[in-house]
Amino acid sequence: MTPHLQLLIRFSLLMLLAALGFGALASLAFLYPQISNGTLPFYMLRPMHVSSALFWIISGGVSGILVFLPKVFPDARPAPRAERSFVLVWVTTIAVIFGCYFFKKFGGREYWEFPPWLCLPLLAAWGCLMWAYFSGWRKRDKNPPLYVWMWTTGIVAFLLTFLEQNLYQIAWFRSSFLREVTVQWKSNGAMVGAWNQMIYGTSLFLMTRISGDEKIARSRGAFFFYFLGLTNLMFNWGHHIYNLPASSWIRHVSYAISMTEWLILINIIQGFKAKLGQDRKHRHLLSYRFIIAAEYWVLLNLVLALFMSIPAVNRYTHGTHITVAHAMGATIGINTMILLSSLGYVLRIENLEAFWRKKLMRGFAIVQASLLVFWLSLITAGVLKAWRETGLRLGSFDEIMQPVRIVLHVFVLAGFGLLWGMMLIVRAYWHAMKNATARAGSDMVDEVVEKTGAPLLVTENAAG
Amino acid sequence: MRLVLLLLCISCAAYTVFVYTRGDAGGDKAPSPAARAGMDLWQQKNCQSCHQIYGLGGYLGPDLTNVAGKGDAYMRAFIKRGTQRMPDFHLSAPEIDRLCAFLHWVDASGKSKVPVGAVHWTGSYQLQP
Repeated sequence: MTPHLQLLIRFSLLMLLAALGFGALASLAFLYPQISNGTLPFYMLRPMHVSSALFWIISGGVSGILVFLPKVFPDARPAPRAERSFVLVWVTTIAVIFGCYFFKKFGGREYWEFPPWLCLPLLAAWGCLMWAYFSGWRKRDKNPPLYVWMWTTGIVAFLLTFLEQNLYQIAWFRSSFLREVTVQWKSNGAMVGAWNQMIYGTSLFLMTRISGDEKIARSRGAFFFYFLGLTNLMFNWGHHIYNLPASSWIRHVSYAISMTEWLILINIIQGFKAKLGQDRKHRHLLSYRFIIAAEYWVLLNLVLALFMSIPAVNRYTHGTHITVAHAMGATIGINTMILLSSLGYVLRIENLEAFWRKKLMRGFAIVQASLLVFWLSLITAGVLKAWRETGLRLGSFDEIMQPVRIVLHVFVLAGFGLLWGMMLIVRAYWHAMKNATARAGSDMVDEVVEKTGAPLLVTENAAG
Repeated sequence: MRLVLLLLCISCAAYTVFVYTRGDAGGDKAPSPAARAGMDLWQQKNCQSCHQIYGLGGYLGPDLTNVAGKGDAYMRAFIKRGTQRMPDFHLSAPEIDRLCAFLHWVDASGKSKVPVGAVHWTGSYQLQP
């Protein structure tokens, strides 16, 4: 693994811990703003939390892609100089972003609160990534497996949604408040779809490698769900703005497209029994356990999302902590679990000594238990707020929030549990990374897979 | 597969143009210079981290979509002094004017709360701009 990819992976793991650390502090600031306003106010901690979560997901996703792409196309690798430039510009810019937050310099919008000029180096970094990814494109298989389609879609879609995010700099887009909000949430919603394409593509890649069955990435069924996901990326973003009095057809289109995700839920339920057998077969693999966890969280969050996507239900849930439950349930339960599986696979956590395996599994168990309590407490808080605000129509904000804040104390405790569990996991990954870099510079066959009985991986040149 | 992808991309591009040009339903007015400056200030002070507009933003404070309906004196009192939960941002009088102008512009765009009568049997609703 090259030094700059090692840097990107370390950076990603630091962003993960930062997301949980700032999140834990932000949750305290939420409950006790009178104490925190003088030192670490909520309006500073929230963007630090949100940005570190976003940059963990994007950096972690890209790390996996850049490590795995040469395994798929050994004769058409990403351009190393462009790859290096991406990592350096990306990491440096994000460090500057956090510096701005620390000095309370904002100016951007939801999820991108930093001064807008910092979008330029981020865009330049992404341009370098695209150069690295698409160089050698002509030499690659003309009918690649689905995970390559998904990685490509994710990388291109991220660029488009990132540009769209910044259209508000053009005066015309701000000449109507409804247009301004619509375009903002169109890009925000589609951007989530973009990184999901990258991450789910990586999940599919891992499944083909762990099972030894490349056919699962070439089946018609798999491509059907890819196009279903892409259709949702393009058209279902309107569920963020159901209550906006913009044109009604945006709401109707989004509602209709969102309901197609029932097909995904039905598919998961139908395939559950066969999945259980597969899970038992690979359960001994540490990286696979994260995939299993992600699948359960997909089920839970999909059910929640499907109900939230019905406008009549959204009328209650919008603007409550149910939205937060969905966002965090997905980013932690699904995206983070898949990324930890991916990075664990890269770092060969199956090779960890017994002490570190035990630490990692303890962290895994703490994270799953804490996340469940975290998620349920947010839903409870959201239901309470929804009922008091929309059902009982209480007028005063403080009156609405009074019992909600009590429930959120459970959420805060669970958040600290999440942080603790993740620290154990990241510590084990950091140790695995040291082992991986100690082996760098030599050709090797993956002996782990032989020992565990799973199929052999290809020989790799770790210095390449 | 490539044909399906191409058709989807073309549909998305067409839909995007439609959203940009017709998505706002033509209901709201262009902002005054003060409202535009107020929007910039809203972003510079990161107000959306604690407050929502149309339910979008942070949940520490209330939704401010229609707070302008309570009058300028109400808004100025909160912005000028802060509260137990909201810090005092030490804004100048012209800055407070700009923020109020922005919130008036937002208020004029519509109502954040969906009335129960707007809900249709299909589960969707029809809102007047």
